[in-house]
Amino acid sequence: MVTKAERQMTNDEPLSSALGLPSKIRIEEVSYSYSGKSALRDVTLDVPAKAVTVVFGPAGGGKTTLLRLVNRLNDLVEGTQMSGRILLDGQDIYASGIDVPALRRRVGMVFALPLPLPGTVRQNVIYGPRLAGMRDPIRQAETIERSLRQAALWDEVKDRLDDPARALSGGQQQRLCIARSLALEPEVLLLDEPTSGLDPISTAKVEESLYQLKQQYTIVIVPHSVQQAARVADHAAFFLMGELIEQRPGREMFTAPRHQRTEDYVTGRFG
Amino acid sequence: MSRPHLLRRSSTPAQQSSSGATNTETAQYTQMNRDLGQRLGFAMLGLAALVVVVPILLVIGTIVARGMGAISWEFLSAMPREGMKAGGILPAIVGTLLLTAGTAIAAIPVGVGGAIYLAEYAGDTWLTRAIRLAIINLAGIPSVVYGLFGLGMFVLFLQFGTSILAGSLTLAIMSLPIIISTAEEALRAVPVEFRTVSASLGGTRWQGIRNIILPQALPGIITGVILGLLRAAGETAPILFTVAAFFLPHLPRTVLDQTMTLPYHLYVISTQVPGMPPQIQYGTALVLLGLVLSLNVVATIIRSYYRRRRQW
Repeated sequence: MVTKAERQMTNDEPLSSALGLPSKIRIEEVSYSYSGKSALRDVTLDVPAKAVTVVFGPAGGGKTTLLRLVNRLNDLVEGTQMSGRILLDGQDIYASGIDVPALRRRVGMVFALPLPLPGTVRQNVIYGPRLAGMRDPIRQAETIERSLRQAALWDEVKDRLDDPARALSGGQQQRLCIARSLALEPEVLLLDEPTSGLDPISTAKVEESLYQLKQQYTIVIVPHSVQQAARVADHAAFFLMGELIEQRPGREMFTAPRHQRTEDYVTGRFG
Repeated sequence: MSRPHLLRRSSTPAQQSSSGATNTETAQYTQMNRDLGQRLGFAMLGLAALVVVVPILLVIGTIVARGMGAISWEFLSAMPREGMKAGGILPAIVGTLLLTAGTAIAAIPVGVGGAIYLAEYAGDTWLTRAIRLAIINLAGIPSVVYGLFGLGMFVLFLQFGTSILAGSLTLAIMSLPIIISTAEEALRAVPVEFRTVSASLGGTRWQGIRNIILPQALPGIITGVILGLLRAAGETAPILFTVAAFFLPHLPRTVLDQTMTLPYHLYVISTQVPGMPPQIQYGTALVLLGLVLSLNVVATIIRSYYRRRRQW
């Protein structure tokens, strides 16, 4: 258990102001439980705009749950309880009257496994915009090329747009899933261990595209290793057993963590 | 003698099965008791499969052999004559086709709609559990009870009279449990991730169902629909009081007309009319069988076509 006093000691200044960046998402005292089992306890976290925020820690820490709360995907799960607030640009996304599909278009998500939808590469990329009402074939073609370029996949698939998405390699499928989210021009991109099933070369490509994307997007990523966390983090938040242990700028987190348990995890003493 | 056995064991399955005649021989020379037990087990299972197939082949074989002689263009396209002992069975064929079509029109939207609701929208509450239980029990009700219900509900209370409308609705209610439960299974078999992905891309629940879930579940839904309709097409009891005519020398003109149907006609000429030539009885059975089997084949073709396009 981390006491409130202890946390205030370690997080005496809000993260985003420490970095001089505006906060895009503010998670306020969020607790969450599935059918009575607590998954997150009293989490308060600031996600700065146009930077990569890494949410890391051992399995079962509530990282995925946190991500799925930010675009309300956990609405699909039954028997859950949530308290606290999540603000996107200062607006409570759980307030009544929120257009949830519109919220999910603003906050994109990429899952741990590549999950192409049935259909071709083209159909996968254009799925979101098409549902949002984009009908013009010229705009569709532009969107497809832009998104695939952003995901560093265009050169590999530009002649295979009408192939089944399943015919691509695992790494290509995952970048396709990133492109599919980017097609909606979201403001925030949530990535849940996006490289967990990928080889090192594909992983490098995905990380490279993240580096490009953060010029434009606010990125929250659950990394698949501490090494990856250290490579990509502008800011980092360490989660353990449903609690936020500490949140710091990335460089400090991985070189000089303040909290003993963070240090133990980062240096590989457990996890 | 163990050497040839070893060679045989390392051969491909195709070669193994072609050397079936020498299998018992091999077992004698070696002490492969386990092998023998396994063969015996497979033999028993094969026998069980055979026991299932033999009666089906016998039924089909008998009907084809005895009924084939009756099939002619006149038999399929003419009205019955001379107290149904001559002429054709056109009104019965047309009646069965019309009833099946009417059943499809009534049952498919309700059945598939209900399945979508149960699989995609309804949570697990006491109400949905009660609905599912009702559907399962509905499938177990004897068909004559559906007939009596149809008589009371559609023929008398709603005053549709003995008509194609009343018969189709009765058959639709009877086929609904099969359609709903198979369609619900098919929808549930589509991986939950597709729903999550569609939602994460800003799709509403209905958009996900329409664009992803329904197309993926279609082969299973079609199977359920055809199974339900086949059951309806071959039934006698539910149409006994609601639509079937003993003898009607013309085709139905509106949905409020009675009609002859194949199953009921078969029942009539087999039990109610003395001195009926057996060839006509078997011929009628053959036509009914042919109709049902060809529907089945169509279903299989549609299903395998969609299954090949499925991607999970």
